Amino acid sequence: MMATVVSQERKRLHPHKFLLWVGIGSIIMMFAGLTSAYIVRRSAANWLEFSLPPVFWYSTFVILLSSLTMHLSVKAFKAREMMRYRTLITITAGLGVLFATLQFFGFYYLNTHGVQLLGQGSNPAASFLAVITGLHVLHVLGGVIALLVIFMRAYSMRIKSYNVTTIEIAGTYWHFVDILWVYLFIFFNLV
Amino acid sequence: MSNEAVLHTNVEGAITHDEHHDEHHEHHHHETFITKYVFSQDHKMIAKQFLITGMVWAVLGGLMSVLFRLQLGYPDSHFPFLENILGKWWVQNGQITAQAYYALVTTHGTVLVFFVLTAGLSGTFANFLIPLQVGARDMASPFLNMLSYWFFFSASVVMLSSIFVETGPFSGGWTAYPPLSALKDASPGSGTGMDLWLIAMALFVVSSLLGGLNYIVTILNLRTKGMSMTRLPLTIWSLFFTAVLGVLSFPVLLSGFILLIFDRNFGTSFYLSDIYISGVGALPNEGGNAILFQHLFWFLGHPEVYIILLPAMGMVSEILSVNSRKPIFGYMAMVGSLFAIAILAFLVWAHHMFVTGLNPFLGSIFVLLTLLIAVPSAIKVFNWLTTLWRGNIRFTPAMMFAIGFVSLFISGGLTGIWLGNSALDIHLHDTMFIVAHFHIVMGVASMFGMFAGIYHWYPKMYGRYLNNTLGYIHFWITMVGAYLIFWPMHYEGLAGMPRRYYSYSAWESFKQFGGLNQFISTVAMIVFSVQILFLLNFFYSIWKGRKVTTQNPYGSNTLEWTAPIRPGHGNWPGEIPEVHRWAYDYAKDGREFIPQTTPVDPNEANH
Ligand code: HEM
Ligand SMILES: [Cu+2]
Repeated sequence: MMATVVSQERKRLHPHKFLLWVGIGSIIMMFAGLTSAYIVRRSAANWLEFSLPPVFWYSTFVILLSSLTMHLSVKAFKAREMMRYRTLITITAGLGVLFATLQFFGFYYLNTHGVQLLGQGSNPAASFLAVITGLHVLHVLGGVIALLVIFMRAYSMRIKSYNVTTIEIAGTYWHFVDILWVYLFIFFNLV
Repeated sequence: MSNEAVLHTNVEGAITHDEHHDEHHEHHHHETFITKYVFSQDHKMIAKQFLITGMVWAVLGGLMSVLFRLQLGYPDSHFPFLENILGKWWVQNGQITAQAYYALVTTHGTVLVFFVLTAGLSGTFANFLIPLQVGARDMASPFLNMLSYWFFFSASVVMLSSIFVETGPFSGGWTAYPPLSALKDASPGSGTGMDLWLIAMALFVVSSLLGGLNYIVTILNLRTKGMSMTRLPLTIWSLFFTAVLGVLSFPVLLSGFILLIFDRNFGTSFYLSDIYISGVGALPNEGGNAILFQHLFWFLGHPEVYIILLPAMGMVSEILSVNSRKPIFGYMAMVGSLFAIAILAFLVWAHHMFVTGLNPFLGSIFVLLTLLIAVPSAIKVFNWLTTLWRGNIRFTPAMMFAIGFVSLFISGGLTGIWLGNSALDIHLHDTMFIVAHFHIVMGVASMFGMFAGIYHWYPKMYGRYLNNTLGYIHFWITMVGAYLIFWPMHYEGLAGMPRRYYSYSAWESFKQFGGLNQFISTVAMIVFSVQILFLLNFFYSIWKGRKVTTQNPYGSNTLEWTAPIRPGHGNWPGEIPEVHRWAYDYAKDGREFIPQTTPVDPNEANH
């Protein structure tokens, strides 16, 4: 009797994973809100046209690469190759930080090429880019912190255990912020 | 992962947990005062924390309304004693100052909408009822659930502190439209007061999101064996849609706020353009659009009114059925109409913006979608009335409030149909008619839902009963009072009297309402004092109320009444009960009620 209950519940998605998916839904709504505000504002007068900083291409490459290493590290974890797992997750976190740095280089580039992002005299077109991209960077950095926490715990744990849920959750989130950036990048290039 | 495991993990996951849990769920943790009452992860304790914090805000928010009604009802009188209590900024010469009036109206609105009727209502009953009624040990993540409360608590502290700053709290209305909210020099409250308002609201959004995520996942993922979605009580369905609305709309509000924060602090021009402030001069901002904020705000704002209303609808459905001793009429239609309302809630926000220069063609689409809400609303009303029809009604205080809710929802919903027509709205927008509409349909109605819930589930929460006599006094005075306060406001609004004005003495045409305003203010004070009576009843009964002696005092079918009278953390001492039927088998086959845990008899009639 008890066994049937458990096996029935096993088939369901792990509640914490489910939490992440619903959370992703709400993050999507936030960016949907911002990008629709962008569209609404764009159709009005006084909108500055400018092209994206070239370094965004590099950051896009970096974040795509980090998704790959993230994917491989989850695989390594499942195969119990802990050394490989630790290396890959460190690389992933490092690429995350690199991504954030490149984005800030992009902002710097715009500012030095006559597109003021914030402050007096800034045009909403540029401010939108700064706010939306900046918020996305914060989400990436949140992911980096999560990876660091998982990483630390791998060392401090008393009982060795191979629960993949946490790392899978981190992986899903990581791919999500990756896809989110790809969406934003395409959005800013096309709209 | 089983329910037991969820209870014993926190957000970091199950990794460090190695012990075996046997079927008999026992507690090896020892609970200190701090873990039991303060940083509790038990959904029932968190529910009580939300409830009591919400009640503190209800009293403060209610007091604010008494103060500004004093100004509206007695604009020429002087109350020097108030000056001694509140100080010069609020009261001068015994009269509420204009600044204070705007601050009071704004804080009253913000606090009642978000802190009382969102956190206090959903926070309390989603937390309390979801695990108990779906048959779960606790929420999907008790840790996030605890965080949800503490974010709300921090939001409360920040909001409270804004009342005490030298320049006063924010005073530009609960909707926080720019430029009043975007320019620090626009009014005294637009500086520090608005900073604190924004911080508090950001914390509040985080709290609702954490809560909402948990509610959704718990309902979808942690139902006990046999509890299919169509066997859920309507309370759970309504709390589910409430959470979905919140999770999808609060982030949009947050993005609106983020742009606002940038306009305030980083010199951007999302909402600002070509503005001249006397004393400051012309502002450099160019290219912004204040209407943009209204779009972002009302995209949350309209779903928000349903976030407030749906939990009340769900509880009322349950209470009406239990106390009519009849199944709820049209269960699937009730679920379907909740669903329709939730969808439509995202498609009508511009009905708050008919007079902002919205394209009339676009406006007419929003008129159509808005008026469509009347259909599911009418279905619900019809089903409530038919549930009552020829029922074996027990007029408990909870039942009285539930019936009161139906009455208020009808009255207020009808005026919604007036407002939904953009042509009529040109005349009615921003008049007292709006105030009447939303207080009846949302403010008072949801308050009634909340009272009904409290009276009904109090025995489950505290193991004691509230005093019924005080309950009836509370009901009748509040019911009659609410209509006396808000009904006349329709006439004022139809006559064109604007809302949110400090004084109407400059208009000859509104002088005729002087007596009426006095009357409204007096009734408001009486109704407020009756709420204090309710609070006394509430707190007295926690310790001194009549004890509950039977597990299922109302003869209810739902699962919470199969748990012990005072359930511990984990809710059921043994296994979680299995469910065999829907929640509404009342008066069936000659039996008064058949709990959800009773297996179906092969000879039983189909429902
Ligand atoms: C048939 C149903 C309803 C319709 C057609 C309707 C329509 C409207 C319209 C058009 C307005 C805007 C009026 C204006 O500002 O000029 C309005 C305001 C409002 N409605 Fe409703 N409504 C309905 C039901 C409800 C319900 C059920 C609630 C809450 C639970 C609600 C809460 C509000 C609030 C809070 C406002 C005012 C917000 C503000 O300006 O401060 N309404 N309604
Ligand atoms: Cu609305």
